[in-house]
Amino acid sequence: MRFIQYLGAWVLSLIEEMGKMFLFLLSAFAWLVRPPLRVKQIMKQIHFIGFKSSFVVVLTAVFTGMVLALQGYYSLRKFGSEALLGSAVSLSMIRELGPVLASLMVTARAGSAITAEIGLMRITEQIDALETMAINPLQYLITPKVVAAVLAVPLLVSIFDVVGITGGYVVGVKLLGVSAGSYWSSVESAVEWKDVYGGLLKGLSFGLIVSWVCCYKGYFTAMSAEGLGKATTEAVVLASVLILVWDYFLTSVLL
Amino acid sequence: MIQLQGVEKKLGGQSVLKGVDLDIPTGKLTTVIGPSGEGKSVLLKHIIGLMKPDRGRVLVNGVDISRLSGKKLNEVRKQFAMLFQSAALFDSMTVFENVAFPLREKRLASEADARKMVEGILERVGLEGMGHKYPAELSGGMRKRAGLARALVMGPDIILFDEPTTGLDPLMAKTIHDLIVSMHRVFGFTAVMVSHEIPEIFGISDWVAMLKNGKIAAMAPSHDFQRLDNPIVQEFIAPGALMASVSP
Repeated sequence: MRFIQYLGAWVLSLIEEMGKMFLFLLSAFAWLVRPPLRVKQIMKQIHFIGFKSSFVVVLTAVFTGMVLALQGYYSLRKFGSEALLGSAVSLSMIRELGPVLASLMVTARAGSAITAEIGLMRITEQIDALETMAINPLQYLITPKVVAAVLAVPLLVSIFDVVGITGGYVVGVKLLGVSAGSYWSSVESAVEWKDVYGGLLKGLSFGLIVSWVCCYKGYFTAMSAEGLGKATTEAVVLASVLILVWDYFLTSVLL
Repeated sequence: MIQLQGVEKKLGGQSVLKGVDLDIPTGKLTTVIGPSGEGKSVLLKHIIGLMKPDRGRVLVNGVDISRLSGKKLNEVRKQFAMLFQSAALFDSMTVFENVAFPLREKRLASEADARKMVEGILERVGLEGMGHKYPAELSGGMRKRAGLARALVMGPDIILFDEPTTGLDPLMAKTIHDLIVSMHRVFGFTAVMVSHEIPEIFGISDWVAMLKNGKIAAMAPSHDFQRLDNPIVQEFIAPGALMASVSP
């Protein structure tokens, strides 16, 4: 009986939390269309979320492309299809690995920093200070971050795709002996426009998930150092899980 | 005038304010004292609308702000400024940028005028030449003064002070008190201060109110407060009462 009681309480608190998160996102969107538009803040956040994540995204992309080419070559060789290495690497990158891994890197780097920054502002009453100055904290802090992430993550996904395919080329062609012509021609024949915009759509939605979850967790952090640490961890875990879950649903729609 | 009428508030299932009735005189410096954990900061947050009462009303010049939100609440807040316990300076901005922040956000002055106003205020609070420093580079007393400068720069009608001298040494605490009093004389704002600094607050306040058991136990002009024939007041302000009030 007690188990059912606990289960019921857990489900109710989960629904309440989901509702609170959804209202938070709606409020952030509502401030998008109300002046001031905070272009400077948005540009600053694009620099932080986008530009400053580019190194880790490029690094991840290089090695992902390289290992994909390595694994792909030996698998395809069993069927005498090494010439299709380019299409295997490019389709994997553009459809799945680019959007998912780039977003996970952004979550780990920028997402955790966003949660920590906003959480610390909450704990040190800086958010209260904004309210006392008649400045809406959602408009000042949250909306620019959401807009920036939605714009920056698809760009990072594109960079990931290009660098990853190039990494695959380096390993496949230069190290494993696949002909450059067959590598690039298989890329060209396999990749379609719907693969590209599907990948970018994933990047856009993952950018929304990262910024939404990380901002929410920071904004409603408990007022202690332990609470802030917990909020940062929860933000990264929840954003990562939601990315993977949403990836499945989006893929099933796009395919 | 600020009036709290029957304000009740529960936090985490516990009753903090149990029917607070308080009238804050306009243009005067009123200090709220009381044992730790009584809800003095919670009371202050109700006055500026950072918290909403579960019951009761908070009136600012006749307007019930406990029913307001959004644009209407922000209109009322334009009369206010607040100095938080830790000053709540924005870490990513210099002292100058912190003090100029409300002016720039509200576009109330050109950049040149804003610069003059900020430099003037920084000089008044004893922080001339410190505008380029970041909050992390300042001492506790300097952070409070920067917070005070930011509160004053908009010329508010009402300033709330949440334990402005907590964590400061006695000399710096006196400096901050003297600064608050001198700014109050110059600018004539209504001040509501929460403080533990007894007996110092009797020398700087016009009125003193005591919060005990979730209600206002006593309120009187500062010079009369210490002579009140109220056992709750006498127990608190007697020597040693302050130690007892902060012990676990």
